[in-house]
Amino acid sequence: MALRENPFGELRVPLAWTAGVALVVAIIVAVGLLMSDRRETFRSEAYGVTRQVGDAVTAPVTGFLVTPGRWIGDGVNSVRGYFFAVSENRRLKAELAEAAEWKNAALTLRDTNTRYKALLGLKTDPPIPMVAARTVSEARGPFSNTRLANAGREKGIITGNPVMSENGLIGRVIGVTDGASRILLLTDIASRTPVMIERTNARAILTGDGGPNPRLEYLRGQEPVKPGDRLVTSGDGGVLPRGLPVGLAVKGLDGRWRAVLASDAAPVDFVRILLFQDFSQLSAAAAAELDKMPVPPPASPMPAVGVTAAGATAAAPTTTAPKPPVAKPPATTTGATPAPKPAPRAPAPRPATPSRPAATPAPTTTPTAPPPAATEVPF
Amino acid sequence: MGGARPLAPWRWLGVPLVQCLALTVLFSLPFRVFGLSMPEPIFPMVPAFAWAVIRPSMLAPMGVLIMGLFLDVFWGAPLGLWGLSLLITYGAVLIGRSMMAGQSWPVMWAWFAVTTGLAMGGGFLFTMLDSHAIPSFLAVAWQFLATIVLYPFAHLLIDRFEDADVRFR
Repeated sequence: MALRENPFGELRVPLAWTAGVALVVAIIVAVGLLMSDRRETFRSEAYGVTRQVGDAVTAPVTGFLVTPGRWIGDGVNSVRGYFFAVSENRRLKAELAEAAEWKNAALTLRDTNTRYKALLGLKTDPPIPMVAARTVSEARGPFSNTRLANAGREKGIITGNPVMSENGLIGRVIGVTDGASRILLLTDIASRTPVMIERTNARAILTGDGGPNPRLEYLRGQEPVKPGDRLVTSGDGGVLPRGLPVGLAVKGLDGRWRAVLASDAAPVDFVRILLFQDFSQLSAAAAAELDKMPVPPPASPMPAVGVTAAGATAAAPTTTAPKPPVAKPPATTTGATPAPKPAPRAPAPRPATPSRPAATPAPTTTPTAPPPAATEVPF
Repeated sequence: MGGARPLAPWRWLGVPLVQCLALTVLFSLPFRVFGLSMPEPIFPMVPAFAWAVIRPSMLAPMGVLIMGLFLDVFWGAPLGLWGLSLLITYGAVLIGRSMMAGQSWPVMWAWFAVTTGLAMGGGFLFTMLDSHAIPSFLAVAWQFLATIVLYPFAHLLIDRFEDADVRFR
């Protein structure tokens, strides 16, 4: 048996025993660290100083190492662009012709949309400020899917900010330090993201499992999803803003609904970190935007645009006349003057999910109001 | 005199440790080759296996723990996940090293695959307990395959240092 020279004297200890003791001590340390880890809480204090220091050191190092690879990639793309310029030109011309048609349709829809918003007095989402960053390292294993971005606290990034690539949502920030942010990807096993199927408004939770296609869990309703349905963030819970593109629904080999992420369409190089905190931030920004609006002209009888029913016209002018309808949400009018209830009607078909708060008062006060807003209501 | 000299820890512990961490950093760079991401093998599995085969040591478990903690911090995994998984591997090999002594190359590769499976099984279990979710079997299998092809490096390490210290012949 091999023996170890002991510094305390003539005592000689079997080496296997000392190695065993060292192993047990190391295991105890690892178990203690694992049990005290609170990464899954996504709180900034749970991220810990160790990780912050690690990220702060790693980001510049990997940022430096990734530079030659980026040069090579740019060179390859230049050569490819030179040799495939004709075919790409042809493709772009076809896309441009198609886009021109879409532009006309979009302008028409924008006009209609603006009128509906004015009629319903909707508050729209103000633009969310964002920060551009470059990802400098990534973890792709089954137990952790994260990326490190080279922008941090100095840019105003905080824990919980959503992160998007040019194609769609990729995750959210779980740790920030000076010069670096750790992004938890949608595919990470700890990731849970409230999403909705755009076609049916059905809600689901996008649950990562370490693979490339996260699962859609807690789907409700009968046939709420079909293959190819578009998934966007639902905004439920206030963690993420509503309507960020996530991907497409597909049926997995295991029979479960999964998502093909939109961000997988291209390599994730640059990312946009949305400086979104919660919906109170949006409300404050919207209020500030309204304050900046020009003062309306002196009170004059407002034309009841789009309102033809007698009951509605009798109730509305008493409260809406002094102010334009844009700045006055319908909920306040119903609260100030109780509107006569319309006669019972046949129940109209409703979406599978609960309706949004801003859309509910409209049908009760204006029976012939525009169709219920489906995707225009911000949250 | 040279043959009786004890093996310096930095040679068989320090250098492989640094090499593994450097390779881990290199393989984490966000490159795509022909549209495919690079694999993500667990490089520290190589020294964790080889160190236990070469000889028992007090420093080796600490080295394994350091490598595991580095993986956790660098990959953004729960702190202690890889440290514990690698230490389980090291301990299993240390216990069974008398069985592995003198085995042929393919048999040792099989042992390496078994111990890698043990570490990944541990990681699977700890992740399940930590996140209350089941990791993708396919993703686990890919990482397992990417790791077991690294055995030739473990063999080089064992071959170089197994007889380097005369006290362990």
